[in-house]
Amino acid sequence: MSSDAVVTVDALRVSRGRHEVLHGLGLSIPRGSLTGLLGPSGSGKSTLMRSIVGVQARVSGKVLVLGSPAGSRALRGRVGYVTQSASVYDDLTVRQNLAYFRAIMGAPRSDIDRALEQTGLEAEADRLVGSLSGGQRNRASLAAALLGQPELLVLDEPTVGLDPVLRNDLWAIFRELAAAGTTLIVSSHVMDEASRCDRLLLMRDGSLLSDLSPTELLASTGAADAEAAFLELIRKSDAA
Amino acid sequence: MSPRRTLATAGRVLTQIRHDPRTIGLMLVVPSLLIGLIAWIFVDTDVFDQIGPAMLALFPFIIMFLVTSITTLRERRTGTLERLLTLPIAKLDFILGYTIAFGLLAIAQAAIATAFAVWVCGLTIEGSIWLLFAVALADAVLGTTLGLLVSAFAATEFQVVQFMPAIVFPQVLLGGIIVPRAQMPDVLQAVSDWLPLSHAIDALNAVARDSEDAAYVGGKLLILGAFAFGAVVLGSITLRRRTP
Repeated sequence: MSSDAVVTVDALRVSRGRHEVLHGLGLSIPRGSLTGLLGPSGSGKSTLMRSIVGVQARVSGKVLVLGSPAGSRALRGRVGYVTQSASVYDDLTVRQNLAYFRAIMGAPRSDIDRALEQTGLEAEADRLVGSLSGGQRNRASLAAALLGQPELLVLDEPTVGLDPVLRNDLWAIFRELAAAGTTLIVSSHVMDEASRCDRLLLMRDGSLLSDLSPTELLASTGAADAEAAFLELIRKSDAA
Repeated sequence: MSPRRTLATAGRVLTQIRHDPRTIGLMLVVPSLLIGLIAWIFVDTDVFDQIGPAMLALFPFIIMFLVTSITTLRERRTGTLERLLTLPIAKLDFILGYTIAFGLLAIAQAAIATAFAVWVCGLTIEGSIWLLFAVALADAVLGTTLGLLVSAFAATEFQVVQFMPAIVFPQVLLGGIIVPRAQMPDVLQAVSDWLPLSHAIDALNAVARDSEDAAYVGGKLLILGAFAFGAVVLGSITLRRRTP
């Protein structure tokens, strides 16, 4: 495994209740990459992300993030995490939300305006989050994760329910962040977002089906798009 | 732990509440209205002078318990708590931040309720009114900390509301309002010794009648403080950074 890996996962198993939901995953994610985590809902994407962030209980195996075990004290504030539903306070304005998270992180005050600008929320800064549209709330949640310039960003379905224009804008933000050296893991169940990533992790039923770049994925399966490639991989793994 | 993060959390909670004037109104006015109602019910008797002091313990305690448990539960459910716990904030910062924010509201609430009971409803207080206020305040803070603790064991708002009859009502029944504690069966009396509200009511009665010295009331305040401290510690232990 590359010493430049930001995330190294080995033999990761996670149980919930009596069921095992992740069955011995292994992967590594290089610095500055934009990795797409794709798979149908219920395939274990969120659980894998939660394990990397270190909020998932009942985890066995190895999850190393930036050289420390996932969830360890040294990582708090260095890993930005955005949950599937917007985790910001509805009864605060966007700016008040950011001001609070900034104070907790001990980040510079100028970070608030930077995060507002990066997510295009300057005009909504003084509106209550509860009065914003779904897409704006998601961006407010993302803005909070951009405070303090985390080295790793873990984003769980950030584009779900957004119109195509907003989705495009968000992916442009992700590309910019990756270009500036941030490592991103972005989950999605929309296969057409696959082409925007450097690398693709395809998940199904708590296992990793493949770990390839979009071009490698298409080449290895002979499929025309990610959706078809995914079906091809499932067919192969079922046959095996 | 860091004072900066604790105070940031307290400030954030207060800002949230400021955006909800109806809740502020309910918290500050409802206890006084209920105390006024009880004074009115017993207008031609001396019952209000007997149970009035206990009411100062009861309503702030119940209201702070409900408001705090629901607010923190909401924080667990919306994912903001999960996000916070991935950041460099100590669990105690979070709990103390809430305790300070609601504690400040409790001061306002206890002051209004005490003033209303004494000057509007004519509650007779033989002892120090400041001591009365101190006990009412300790009681509201206790309600806050118990609410914080209970929210850890509830998955929904519905369950939180069920904790009211489970945790608050027994304390009300055994606290000595309906039947003085000394006249209850031995077993119930022993149980009531272990319930914080009993000590709050004892202390308020003692101040109202000036029947005990300040050391007795101070001792009762210490007991309330110990329960509140215990709830804060247990609350931060039950707060888990990793969840299933």
